[in-house]
Amino acid sequence: MVPSTPASARADAAPAALPRVARRRRRLRVPLLTAIGLVFVLLLGLVALTAPWIAPQDPTRQSLRGRLAAPTLEGADGRAHLFGTDHLGRDVLSRVMWGSRVSLSVGFAAVLVGGIMGSTLGILAGFRGGWADSIIMTIADAQLAFPFILLAIGIIAVLGPSFPTLIVVIGLSGWVAYARVLRSQVLTLRSREFVDAIRALGGSFPRIILQHILPNVLSTLVVIATLELARAIVLEATLSFLGLGIQPPTPSWGGMVQEGREYLDSAWWISTVPGLVLMATSIIVSRAGDWLRDVLDPTLRGE
Amino acid sequence: MRGLVPFVSYRLFRALIALWLVSTVVFVVMRLSGDPVPLLLPPDAPPSEMERVRRDLGLDRALPVQYAVFLGNLLRGDFGRSIHFREPAARVVMGYLPATFELALAAFGLAVIIAIPVGLISAMYRNSVVDHTVMGLALVGQSAPTFFLGILFILLLSLQAGLFPTSGRGDWTNLVLPALTLGAFAMASIARLTRSAVLEVMRADYIRTARAKGLGEAIIVAKHTLKNAAIPIVTITGLQFGTLLGGAVVTETVFSWPGIGRLAVQSIYNRDYPVVQCAVFLSAVAFIVINFAIDLIYGALDPRIRAG
Repeated sequence: MVPSTPASARADAAPAALPRVARRRRRLRVPLLTAIGLVFVLLLGLVALTAPWIAPQDPTRQSLRGRLAAPTLEGADGRAHLFGTDHLGRDVLSRVMWGSRVSLSVGFAAVLVGGIMGSTLGILAGFRGGWADSIIMTIADAQLAFPFILLAIGIIAVLGPSFPTLIVVIGLSGWVAYARVLRSQVLTLRSREFVDAIRALGGSFPRIILQHILPNVLSTLVVIATLELARAIVLEATLSFLGLGIQPPTPSWGGMVQEGREYLDSAWWISTVPGLVLMATSIIVSRAGDWLRDVLDPTLRGE
Repeated sequence: MRGLVPFVSYRLFRALIALWLVSTVVFVVMRLSGDPVPLLLPPDAPPSEMERVRRDLGLDRALPVQYAVFLGNLLRGDFGRSIHFREPAARVVMGYLPATFELALAAFGLAVIIAIPVGLISAMYRNSVVDHTVMGLALVGQSAPTFFLGILFILLLSLQAGLFPTSGRGDWTNLVLPALTLGAFAMASIARLTRSAVLEVMRADYIRTARAKGLGEAIIVAKHTLKNAAIPIVTITGLQFGTLLGGAVVTETVFSWPGIGRLAVQSIYNRDYPVVQCAVFLSAVAFIVINFAIDLIYGALDPRIRAG
């Protein structure tokens, strides 16, 4: 166990460190794989933010002469294409970089939508109880009892694919996770003395929620949001793959995998590069969520 | 058997509520889609003709009345006529159902046959190289996007290795890759759960007793461990069967498999809303019926559930 101690932690570990501090250290020690994952996520975020400046080429610039070029340092157009070019001669690396903007922005926005909706409903259900609780939880159960992608396809088919539709639909698909967990947490918090005390002192409903309940469930929220982020990114890519998400020519990972499908045997890189980046993102973000859960809130394990 | 009737009726009630909610959403989505009449008639149809069709379809009536008629039609299995195929939507969807059923069954069978022994071996050789490898793969299987997994299989096993055809439906070789793709998530989940369920049971006192009285490891696993680990495994297995239906949409599209998932996606492109609605609704029914059946099996297996 000792070799994985980060250098910084070893340096400032005083010989007379209290056992409690030591225990805390051990609990917070970041496993190597998770550390790699966090670096990956940070890099991805950085790429998404700076894509317009760091992408080697314009992601929509076509070049008929440089079509379907294998990964090369000097293509037919005299430029480097580290991940090759696609069927329209666009640089795959640049498109993957720009695609991260779509994945992350839709992912985060959807998590925000689902999180606000789910936690509001969950807190309401847990705090108010009664018929509000019954209705909210029945709808949650019904939604869980149904493959959401079918519903998403139906809604997008009718409303037409667009950024806001996509965000709302993906957000809607995720609210149940927050609502269920927050409801059960609020149910246990509600009967604690400190809440009774605030009530007795005349604290209003919003005040109790915002000042006293929310801080108590914040770590839970962070855990669910991380796990939901991975799911939202995959759902966006899946919808884009089906042609119901981000529309061309805007580069998105799912759309790129779809575009490259027909060239799998001649130009494998078109589909494979964005697909692998998507897969890595999904695995790493959900592993990070698992790790956060174990560190912040072990009681969630059963969920 | 006391407690079984309330248990069954409560589950039935919940299943019916879920069905009603799904059908209401289908109705609302259909209303949002706007006026279907122009889609049914040639562009130069006179307004009087439009009026007549609108009246025939009952679209001139008040929304609550339309809603009631819609629910009544659903109960009779009437989803309207397909705009693209020019026959009843229900008949079109039924024609595509066997392919989806075949795929889901194959995926499910493959998942169970591979995942349970693998999970068991992982638990028995805990923390070995085999265990770590298998559980690492399971993590990948659980978080890899289905559509890209399918593409990877096509690229590696079909185009590179030439083992299986890339798409379509035919003999069993056509079934392997789609079934693996569709079953991957279920396989990973079942393997992980089998491992943890078996580990849980292995810690139990009666296993220690069995060891203490000198039983062989094989008998302990076969007679004591698996039997007691079965309940959580059956539950997750059943739940996974339900989720296969959602995954079928993606898998069928990737492998050009002629099932209702691909039909639904193509009907969206064709703006063939009756078929989309019928496919969505039937999937929901299948999903809810399966979950209901699992609840019942679960309750029958474990009396504690009925009491709870």
